Amino acid sequence: MLNKTLWNKRSTRETLSGYLFMTPAIVVLGIFLIIPVIFTIVLAFYRVQLLGEISFRFAGFKNFVRMGSDERVWIALQNTVEYVAIVVPIQTILAIVLALILNTQIKGKSWFRVAFFLPTVTSSAVLTLIFMWIYNTNGLLNSFLSFLRLPTYNWLGDPDVALKGIMLMNIWATAPLFMVIYLAALQDIPESLYEAASIDGATPWEKFWCITLPFLKPVTFFVIVMGIIGTFQLFDQSYIFSGGSGGPNNATLTIVLLIYQYAFKNLDMGYALALTLMLALVIMTVTLIQRSLFKEESFD
Amino acid sequence: MIAKSARSWVWLLYIALAVYAFITFIPFAWALSASFKSLPEISSGGTNFIPKAFTLDNYKTIFLQEPLFGRWLINSIIIAVTVTLFNLLFNSMAGYALARITFPGKQFLFFLVLAVLVVPGQITLLPKFLILKSLGWLNSYQGLIAPAIVNATFIFMMRQFFLNFPKELEEAAALDGLNRFETFFQVVMPLAKPALAAQTIFIFMGSWNEFLLPLVVMSNPEMFTLPLGLNAFKGQYVTYWNYIMAASMIFTLPALAIYAFFNRYFIQGVTFTGGKG
Repeated sequence: MLNKTLWNKRSTRETLSGYLFMTPAIVVLGIFLIIPVIFTIVLAFYRVQLLGEISFRFAGFKNFVRMGSDERVWIALQNTVEYVAIVVPIQTILAIVLALILNTQIKGKSWFRVAFFLPTVTSSAVLTLIFMWIYNTNGLLNSFLSFLRLPTYNWLGDPDVALKGIMLMNIWATAPLFMVIYLAALQDIPESLYEAASIDGATPWEKFWCITLPFLKPVTFFVIVMGIIGTFQLFDQSYIFSGGSGGPNNATLTIVLLIYQYAFKNLDMGYALALTLMLALVIMTVTLIQRSLFKEESFD
Repeated sequence: MIAKSARSWVWLLYIALAVYAFITFIPFAWALSASFKSLPEISSGGTNFIPKAFTLDNYKTIFLQEPLFGRWLINSIIIAVTVTLFNLLFNSMAGYALARITFPGKQFLFFLVLAVLVVPGQITLLPKFLILKSLGWLNSYQGLIAPAIVNATFIFMMRQFFLNFPKELEEAAALDGLNRFETFFQVVMPLAKPALAAQTIFIFMGSWNEFLLPLVVMSNPEMFTLPLGLNAFKGQYVTYWNYIMAASMIFTLPALAIYAFFNRYFIQGVTFTGGKG
């Protein structure tokens, strides 16, 4: 009896301290993450008036129907998909190659690693400005290209190459980050597997195909999903590059930039939220497809 | 014979690494060089990395003639430091509770943290703006600080860290009559330094470099953080790349200092978070 009340008292105290420890997290995540997610889902079906007092009017599926005939949605979607399709594979392969090189028995590894990391710790705003300076009509890149007798471009003003310029910058900045993830994964592969393969007379190439690559599969899944989620949300670079317009001629207009423009330039919050909801669904679908594909393969 | 071919392979690897390091460095070197050049030299379109006439005028100009630049720097420091300190405390507390304390509803709260973890930041932007607007927090420090003082990714990281934490220390503390709070602050936190260091880098850099939320929350130029200031700078001094690059270099220094200082905790943090700040 005495034991039981003592135990009860103790467990009440545990519960109390558990919730006290969790309170800041519950409050902040609740107000600024969970409520916003619910807001997005609900308000996507409303017309939201932002000027003066905020007011809402139910609009049914109007916001979603409007997307179909909105030309800028399709341009933004096309730009974003092209961006993802080019940037994600290149940065992933570059990351694997860099990691494989750094994983060999060479000296000065940590020095190289620190150097490769500079772009990762620099802000996207600064990187974009530096690249805009390099992409100038008479800037460093064009000087280099004309030195090699290659054609030069108006990188900032030509709709055909503006997005390519941002892609190049993104690959350059992100590949080293994923390299580190691959490097950690490579170090987790048991050395004994390679030794056993050597005894069986496997060539380095066979070892790479039959041991290294299969081991890297889960990490590659992670890196590709992170890459897709990151590139789908491209905003800072496009915004700074085009001064917020998505130009030249909508060439750098991305989905998030379009959402920003509708919400804060056209003050059309309901429509912007509907676009946000669509973006969220696209990202989640990609994640799920990827996950199921990789799961099937890993069960083989 | 075999040794010889292996050696030439190693040389090839070194060359590949050196080339990539060179590609990484060039943009920074070019920006640094521009920040020490005069406007005429910038406009002439030369490709010399070493300035013909080395000058500190660009740095002087942005600090002395651009009254808001100092203010932007201070805004960024106040916000990033406050956000970092709160995160270190709150994420650790939540992670510790999820790892060590038994209480009803714990599983549900852990599930919530995991669910929140996969919500991309951009998705919550507009509702966050509406909430901050109705709280009257637009153009205020708390508008940028409050939404950022807890981070689900690092709650999860701290939970994993505390799961592997030796139980004996806490049991000894309990025998000494310390309660949960005393144990946490006097015994557990001092021993969590490596995990806290990894958090410091990512939270500080994430807050320091953040562009989208400040863009939406801060419309008054006095309340800009440095990334917004840089963007405004670019609009104002369209062709003055010498000023823009000098401002960029000042902005990059604090993040580089943090990186240099906590470098060895960086790698383990990246492998955990995928670089998401």
